[in-house]
Amino acid sequence: MENKGLNKVGLIFEKIDNHEVLAKGFKMTREEIIQEMLDSGLKGRGGAGFPTGMKWKFTAAEKNPDKYIVCNADEGEPGTFKDREILDRVSNKVHGGMAIAGKAIGAKKGIVYLRGEYRYLLPKLMIELDAFHKMIKEIGYDFKIEYRMGSGAYICGEESALFESIEGKRGEPRNKPPYPTVSGVFGKPTSINNVETLVTAMMIIQHGAKNFIQYGTKDSRGSKVFSVSGDTPSPGIFELELGMTVQQFVNEFGDGDTKAVQVGGASGFCVPRKKFAETIIGFEGVPTGGSMKLFNSSRSMYNVLHNYLEFFTEESCGQCTPCRVGCQQLLKGVEKVKKGEAKSTYLNELMKLADTMKIAAKCGLGQSVGNAFKSIVGNFKEEIIY
Amino acid sequence: MYQVGNLVKELSEKHGHARESLMPILQAIVLKHNYLTDEAMVEVARELDISAAEVYGTASFYTFLDTQVKGKYVIRVCKTITCSMKGKGDIIHTLEDMLKIKVGETTPDKQFSLIETNCIGWCHKAPAILINDLPYTELTPEKVTEIIKDYMQK
Amino acid sequence: MINLLINDQKVSVLEGTTVLAAAKKLKINIPTLCNHDDLCVAGNCRVCIVEQKGARTLIASCATPAAEGMEIHTNTLKVRNARKHIVELLLSEHRSDCTKCYKNQNCELQKLANDFAFGDHVFLDLVEDKKYNIDRSSPSFIKDDSKCIRCQRCVRTCSELQSIAAIAVANKGAHQKISSFHDRPMSQVVCSNCGQCVNRCPTGALVEKTAIDQVWDAIYDPDKHVVVQTAPAVRVALGEDLGYDPGERVTGKMVNALRQLGFNSVLDTDFSADLTIMEEGTELLVRLKKALVDGDKQISLPMFTSCSPGWIKFIEHKYPEYLPNLSTCKSPQQMFGALAKTYYASKRNIDPSKIVSVSIMPCIAKKFEADRPEMRASGYKDVDFVLTTRELAVMIKQAGIDFRNIEEAKYDSIMGDSTGAAVIFGATGGVMEAALRTAYEIVTGREVPFGNLNITPVRGMDGVKEASIKIEGCVDAWKFLEGAELKVAIAHGLANANKLMKMVKDGKATYHFIEIMGCPGGCIGGGGQPIPTSLAIRQKRMKAIYSEDEHMTLRKSHENPEVIAIYKEFLDQPNSHKSHELLHTHYVERENY
Repeated sequence: MENKGLNKVGLIFEKIDNHEVLAKGFKMTREEIIQEMLDSGLKGRGGAGFPTGMKWKFTAAEKNPDKYIVCNADEGEPGTFKDREILDRVSNKVHGGMAIAGKAIGAKKGIVYLRGEYRYLLPKLMIELDAFHKMIKEIGYDFKIEYRMGSGAYICGEESALFESIEGKRGEPRNKPPYPTVSGVFGKPTSINNVETLVTAMMIIQHGAKNFIQYGTKDSRGSKVFSVSGDTPSPGIFELELGMTVQQFVNEFGDGDTKAVQVGGASGFCVPRKKFAETIIGFEGVPTGGSMKLFNSSRSMYNVLHNYLEFFTEESCGQCTPCRVGCQQLLKGVEKVKKGEAKSTYLNELMKLADTMKIAAKCGLGQSVGNAFKSIVGNFKEEIIY
Repeated sequence: MYQVGNLVKELSEKHGHARESLMPILQAIVLKHNYLTDEAMVEVARELDISAAEVYGTASFYTFLDTQVKGKYVIRVCKTITCSMKGKGDIIHTLEDMLKIKVGETTPDKQFSLIETNCIGWCHKAPAILINDLPYTELTPEKVTEIIKDYMQK
Repeated sequence: MINLLINDQKVSVLEGTTVLAAAKKLKINIPTLCNHDDLCVAGNCRVCIVEQKGARTLIASCATPAAEGMEIHTNTLKVRNARKHIVELLLSEHRSDCTKCYKNQNCELQKLANDFAFGDHVFLDLVEDKKYNIDRSSPSFIKDDSKCIRCQRCVRTCSELQSIAAIAVANKGAHQKISSFHDRPMSQVVCSNCGQCVNRCPTGALVEKTAIDQVWDAIYDPDKHVVVQTAPAVRVALGEDLGYDPGERVTGKMVNALRQLGFNSVLDTDFSADLTIMEEGTELLVRLKKALVDGDKQISLPMFTSCSPGWIKFIEHKYPEYLPNLSTCKSPQQMFGALAKTYYASKRNIDPSKIVSVSIMPCIAKKFEADRPEMRASGYKDVDFVLTTRELAVMIKQAGIDFRNIEEAKYDSIMGDSTGAAVIFGATGGVMEAALRTAYEIVTGREVPFGNLNITPVRGMDGVKEASIKIEGCVDAWKFLEGAELKVAIAHGLANANKLMKMVKDGKATYHFIEIMGCPGGCIGGGGQPIPTSLAIRQKRMKAIYSEDEHMTLRKSHENPEVIAIYKEFLDQPNSHKSHELLHTHYVERENY
């Protein structure tokens, strides 16, 4: 496996001449922008990792002239806080990325869906948005962005739930197909991209796909912003080249006693110490939207799992059976085992349930509850039982 | 209990009467009054020509759109894993002692409500809380005491 | 056409067809739960999952359109294991006291449990922790959250078919539930009591509030004289709960069965339906005269029918400014009730306090209607107990009656005579047709100008129907209507009613008379009718209604001999003082939440 080691990068937060990059982007044809994205190999930075170029290509191909570019700023995955930081520091690049995406897919309207927990950022963002609108008007480009606020619902980070929320409804994921590229917000073709993805797209326009692919590996191009927290002497935001092992990550950020790293938040995977060296952080190994939580040997993995399961039990939208009831069963199930009210072999039944949730739940949330459950129970069974 | 007065009418003039205006309208009411009364929800339903049950159903989906009485300052303590690991319990105890209420309750003078919430995106500066919209991070019992004292004097 | 493979069999379907429907075409059954033919796709129970070759996850067949080249397997080990898990998960949130449940043997969840989740269950029982609420506040139905499996059929019914949304999904995650506005009792919200949700609930979470035991008590009370009336739509649907196919008329057998159950007198709501036509038709003509000739601006037109108690409660909540437009006529059930304890009592020389008046209705809103404080014109509760078609079937089974093999019998008299005009009250457009048959003849002295009296423009399943009749050759008393064009409209199901009301409100409708029935298809699709329901079933019942009409000797309300007699002996004439006292009512404004 390709291993690039741990390399700090400074591209995302780099101050750029937005005017210049945008002018460059707007001079490109739609096809050229999309090709640049395809060539860059950029995959969505929200966690799911869908190729951005493909998403734009599909949306661009739709005949309906009324299209949307939606920026997913509903950063709710436990352990992720990079999008807040990006919006706080370089919102210009987010807005710029939306305009570039708008050009690529043929959308004149953009919506940023910002989670309610980040409302304090809004006054500043409004000022920056005004300046942005003025700037693109100067360039002579017609594109308008508006902000919509969330109000405390993790599931609204799921793209179709986010659309429902914008439309004034409960944030319940929709059936797919149709996919957003065909029928997204207000039933219109929509490209929905994560905050960081849009900034990265700006970066690709600025530096070119050729330069971008110098970073990262074949399956995981470029750099990525990581949100580092937990048992670490240096928590915070770090932009790192993709393609390092968990071991290399732990060498940099661990406190010398790291027993596990939860990669990708509550819906991600728990990597135990014995697998640090063999696990690549990226789409070829463990993918992540950026959340990296370190646990040292003083932590009970039962508590970690219990906390995640409580989180999902509350944050499931509740509409589909596997997720709504499955989360409750996993939570109550591990509690029973811990209390000795159920045999330890009951965990095997719960592992099977986690498998069912993975294949039968309606959306990505329900499908990924099993990730943390299986990797924590699978690797730390004793801690769960005793 | 507050009187909603002309607020809903003004908000629906501003945001429009379509269903998509529901969230901005409810958010604006909560921004002003911290929670939604039945009267406010019925009024919103009328302005948007949807059922009151749908307004309630939508509001109750979102943690921040409270439909129970809340105080002037709503303190939301993050309970997700990192905050939980980094001393959330001490923060809660401190707040409960200071405010003389338990989690989920509102002070009799309707100044403070204390609730727990899921990840608010400050794991690297845990433990963290929100007071209304504002985040306070890297808290200790001493620090949170000072913060609440300030609010008490507001 | 889209070509796909299901269980290795080729099938071609139109674009937009779901995998579920494509499988059905191949005679492959996929179990479903949240899916319902009358409602939009939900895809939330996940019972109908199937395996698609190449897909990362299983797919919900009800919510996935067939795509070219798809390869589907409906019965793999992976599918079966997941489905068993899903059914067990549903059961873990559901209070499974099946032997005590009203829906025992008629429960879709129970059927799934039998098929897929028999034996020991793996999962923990979550019911005890849930603090489920059981709402018995409505006189019409019980909402038992402990039986609810969150399929949301009721929510979709209430918003899509009825445009009310008295219930909606509330909260999220483990706390998700089906809730009225801020969890208010169902009796204190905008609910019309139509019972369409009850018709579609797959479990015992929504059931009618039964009066079976009270009725048995009355029957066995030697001191009581128990009269029963049967609504028109019951006779074309009752059979479905007793082993017949939809659309079979069982009128005669039903009458016999009711007699065998022990009712002292088996009478017909058709009688008071005919009476309704006399009262309501006259009311319409009087309103038209006052408005058109006298120029009385106080007269409210269009006039709305008032037979459907679901519609009445709907307009009381949603359009109270139009209450003056409602006909003041009570529904046939309540006219019957008021007369049972007055006219009938005196003719039969029975102390009205000893009469127990029971009605068999296709409806659960009728239970609410009978309880209204306005409905005590006789000095007593006019209708003591309302039973649904379903409850009658239960009583017939309890009594051990071999329904299929009993003789047919005829209604008792008095108040047992019927005409075809009364029978068609059971289908959407029927009241209008009956009213036109009579009103036209009163005004012109001639029969309505439609072949065999069948006024086809007002029939059928279109949501909103309209028609107009030019009035020509009036008799002297009604000369002022000469040349007038009577414009009418009909809506069934409250979503259609709402559509029509919006048109009226916006001044886009210039009708004189509007018939509205609260339920899809009219009473044949009522909330008290046998379960399941679908468009095909309702169409069969409707066909049976019109066939019943065709088989009647008398087909116009004013020809009903008992109706003629009651005006002569008791009521004097339509809209008389006495009629107003007993047969007319008023309405109340209600909150819109």
